[in-house]
Amino acid sequence: MIDWQPLLLTFKLALTTTFLLIVISIPVSYWLAHTKSRIKPLLETLISMPLVLPPTVLGFYMLVVFGPSTTLGAWLNDYLGLRLIFSFKGLVLASIIYSLPFMVHPIQAGFANLPTTLTEASYVLGKSKITTIFNVLLPNIKPSILTGIVLAFAHTIGEFGVVLMIGGNIPGKTKVASIAIYDEVEALNYVAANWYSIILFIITFSILLLVYLINGGYLKKFWK
Amino acid sequence: MIQITLQKELTAASGIMLLDINIHIQQGTLTTLYGNSGVGKTSILRMIAGLLQPDEGQIIVNQKTWLDTKKGICLTPQQRKIGFVFQDYALFPNMTVKENLLYALEKGQDKEIISQLMHIIELKDLQHQKPNKLSGGQKQRVALARALVRKPEILMLDEPLSALDIKMRAKLQDYILKAHQQFGLTTLLISHDIAEVIKMSDIVLNIENGKIIQQGKPIDVFTTKQVSGKFQFSGEIVEIKKEDIIYIVTVLIGSNFVKVVAEETEVQTMKIGDKIIVASKAFNPLLQKIK
Repeated sequence: MIDWQPLLLTFKLALTTTFLLIVISIPVSYWLAHTKSRIKPLLETLISMPLVLPPTVLGFYMLVVFGPSTTLGAWLNDYLGLRLIFSFKGLVLASIIYSLPFMVHPIQAGFANLPTTLTEASYVLGKSKITTIFNVLLPNIKPSILTGIVLAFAHTIGEFGVVLMIGGNIPGKTKVASIAIYDEVEALNYVAANWYSIILFIITFSILLLVYLINGGYLKKFWK
Repeated sequence: MIQITLQKELTAASGIMLLDINIHIQQGTLTTLYGNSGVGKTSILRMIAGLLQPDEGQIIVNQKTWLDTKKGICLTPQQRKIGFVFQDYALFPNMTVKENLLYALEKGQDKEIISQLMHIIELKDLQHQKPNKLSGGQKQRVALARALVRKPEILMLDEPLSALDIKMRAKLQDYILKAHQQFGLTTLLISHDIAEVIKMSDIVLNIENGKIIQQGKPIDVFTTKQVSGKFQFSGEIVEIKKEDIIYIVTVLIGSNFVKVVAEETEVQTMKIGDKIIVASKAFNPLLQKIK
């Protein structure tokens, strides 16, 4: 049979990344949906860059910036004990940047599509901005948040280039399933490669299907 | 006593319009802002609510200053005690009717007000429904009840009835009047329906291009000529038809059509869609019970 570690590592990475992305994306999306600031287009472009840029570009610059021979990399290593190259933490950081648009876009659209009168009605009822966001706005964009979570999760599972560049291929630390598949194929070990592939396929297919079922309202009858 | 002075440049369909108004409102009265679309009625309510910033102005409600641009005072919407019924009702879709009302409670406020409101506005049967299951009239009742939970110093309704049919309107007008009287509210209502204004309001402000052109009791504002007759109704012309040498003008009054004979000289000044008053001076009306 196959070595399960790469698969477990993949899901650990995807879960960590997705959780951190929710925390980061909600304030960012809220700000983007409501701001009239002039730097908004610039920020939107930066967030969307991973959609068009080859992952290797991101990986390359992270190597250059965070490598132990650079000032920043050395400083992080010496003072915070944080090594972002060839480590799990580095993978998480790269995945967050790489999957950011998949989380921010749906949530931003969700915020923007809510009628402004909902916010105003809450303010007029004497409620603060924070109360309004948590009790009125977020519960009403649940489908957008769910979409964001799933897209970010699935996209992180599917990462390859960026992980290979800055993670290397360290078993148990940075060797995720997508890289394990590549490895097995290179070693002409097609059976193992097939196992990894089919497991990834089935799991991601199930997750996506579940989201479409939930957002399409097909499962409503099971909970009310 | 509520004193409101507001000035703001607004971009209307016809270009830039200067909104410049000065209103004094007695406590406990129902005042209607009347006028066509785009004359600044909604902007006035939004500025009173603190949702829109005037260029210059002053709002004093019961000796408390809510806004004074000269002194740099501007309370947030949260700090002003207002009830606001939005045109689209703005009910929170994730909450049931009852939860919508509970959300409006202030910290430490007695929950008794909720059941009291649900009783007056007859929401008991709907309390566990989500807003998207409700009809327009029901949503409007919930929005009204929710706006009253905080016991506002001013209740504002932005054309709350425009999306409803005539029968439903009459019913909801009664709900609003009932709440207005029972809670001793000071109410500001936007309407462009003359019959509604006459039925509901103590004072009407007729607004055109951002200015108040007339104010007073509705019946005085809407009748330019003094008519001595006891019977008069306001309505809208829906048809003008020529028959032989006379004209038949069909007028919609409330939900009824009335055909009135008119002469050519009268008809020349009228067109379909005009608001008019149908009055009769000397006749002997018969009273008959319907049921």
